[in-house]
Amino acid sequence: MSARPGFWRQVYDSVFRHKFGDTPRNRMLQITSNVFLHLHPATVRRHGLRLRYTWGMGGLSFLMFLVTVVTGVVLMFYYRPTAATAYIDMKNLQHEIPFGMFQRNMHRWGAHAMVILVWLHMLRVFLSGSYKPPREFNWGVGVVLLTLTMLLSFTGYLLPWDQLARWAITVGTNMAAATPFLGHQGPGAQLTGVTERTDVRALLLGGPQVGDAALLRFYVLHCVFLPLIASTFMIVHFWRVRKDGGISGPPATDSDAAAGRSGGQS
Amino acid sequence: MSAPRDDETLPDAVTTWPHLVRIELLATLAALSLLTAWSILVDAPLEEVADPNRTPDPSKAPWYFLGLQELLVYFDPWLAGVVLPTLIILGLMAIPYLDRNPLGNGYYTLRQRPFAIGVFLFGFVGLWIAPILIGVFCRGPGWNWYWPWEPWEIAKSPHLTNINLTDLLGIPAAIGGVLVAAWYSLGGVFWLWRRRTPALAQLGGGRYALTAFLLLTMAAVPLKMALRLLLNVKYVWVTPWFNV
Ligand code: HEM
Repeated sequence: MSARPGFWRQVYDSVFRHKFGDTPRNRMLQITSNVFLHLHPATVRRHGLRLRYTWGMGGLSFLMFLVTVVTGVVLMFYYRPTAATAYIDMKNLQHEIPFGMFQRNMHRWGAHAMVILVWLHMLRVFLSGSYKPPREFNWGVGVVLLTLTMLLSFTGYLLPWDQLARWAITVGTNMAAATPFLGHQGPGAQLTGVTERTDVRALLLGGPQVGDAALLRFYVLHCVFLPLIASTFMIVHFWRVRKDGGISGPPATDSDAAAGRSGGQS
Repeated sequence: MSAPRDDETLPDAVTTWPHLVRIELLATLAALSLLTAWSILVDAPLEEVADPNRTPDPSKAPWYFLGLQELLVYFDPWLAGVVLPTLIILGLMAIPYLDRNPLGNGYYTLRQRPFAIGVFLFGFVGLWIAPILIGVFCRGPGWNWYWPWEPWEIAKSPHLTNINLTDLLGIPAAIGGVLVAAWYSLGGVFWLWRRRTPALAQLGGGRYALTAFLLLTMAAVPLKMALRLLLNVKYVWVTPWFNV
């Protein structure tokens, strides 16, 4: 009779696919056989671990994104995006729903933190020269993420439907009305003949001013469209960090130094 | 480019598990603790219900856009709200293709790239963070300047009447266009003067032209602010279609 593994042993092996012991091989497998951790290479340069180098800002930006995704889904259960209900739902969330205020605070402050962390991440990438070859493209992906992060925050700003929200979005979207040729108050509007009902601001708001249509548009952009686009760009961003040779660092070898290459694979 | 090389062969390689994963876990716990504490202590604002008939004064954009709203004091909306933000995004994307200095790739150094770092910090701190702080803390009713400790009830007289630069100088308005053109042609003059220096020769004409355009546009922002604050200049260049 062949040896039969114990029940729990079989369960463990089915989940982890490698042995438990702390061996170099298992350390590698721990990363490569886990779909999430596999975002990482199995080994990294010690240099890239230093918080003094990366400030941990990219990772924490991503963490803030995850926080807003999770708390945002909770908020969606209690919120209807119409002018008649949005504000009432916010009040209700804050005063009637257990931990409603806390969920809202986490979502709001997490979003603000993400904006600041992304700016600081960009600052560190610039100061460490990490946008230089071969990472030019990933810097560009980062700039797209920066823009998306701010658009995510901006579209969310309208949803509480209070005075703060309405007028901040009015000020912000009035800029679109000034777009050359495409906004009805912009230079060249006579040439293209756009009006306050047909210009880019109307496209954004679903009409000439911030009303029900704008609320629905911002809701869909905020909860569906922008998160999907941002996630897609993040996947590309993380993938490129690895493909471009891992976290940048000073030349690892003499030949790198001679060729003016930064650390990591090239 | 050499053939791909395994990180393992690098002199300072360590296994990701546990070295990196451990840091990530601790950083996550620390950040989530802070955010949780903050969310328990401070509530997100919720004012009265939106009312299309009552415009608050001042109406402020979300704080991260207040730098752009601050520019509205000095520039028309098509510039402050559309052209300049577009140039910021495209300009940032262009940086890796315009900065051809191979030094300082993957480590912190001011000595090897003083110009690049100087320009970036000037833009980041001077043109982005500073106007945000002004917008958040120092702007009150009528978008007038109120120090944080000044009560908003005290009305401030609206600012002085501004005058166009060409009127101030007593020259035809069309000359304003010449002034703007002269500003950008400074880039050409500098090229003729310094094109044989290693830094510019390495850049080449095309990259140089784009760099000069972006840098001169960036420098024009504080220049126009200074003209307004010191000489009450409204526009530099007035045309029937747009004003600069
Ligand atoms: C949602 C926004 C963003 C997220 C979640 C994100 C995430 C990350 C992460 C996790 C890394 C790994 C290294 C580190 O943590 O520093 C990274 C690296 C990098 N990021 Fe971002 N990032 C974002 C936005 C940006 C922006 C705005 C830029 C620049 C404009 C940028 C440019 C880069 C570059 C060039 C690297 C490679 C750095 C190196 O190898 O040293 N990223 N990003």
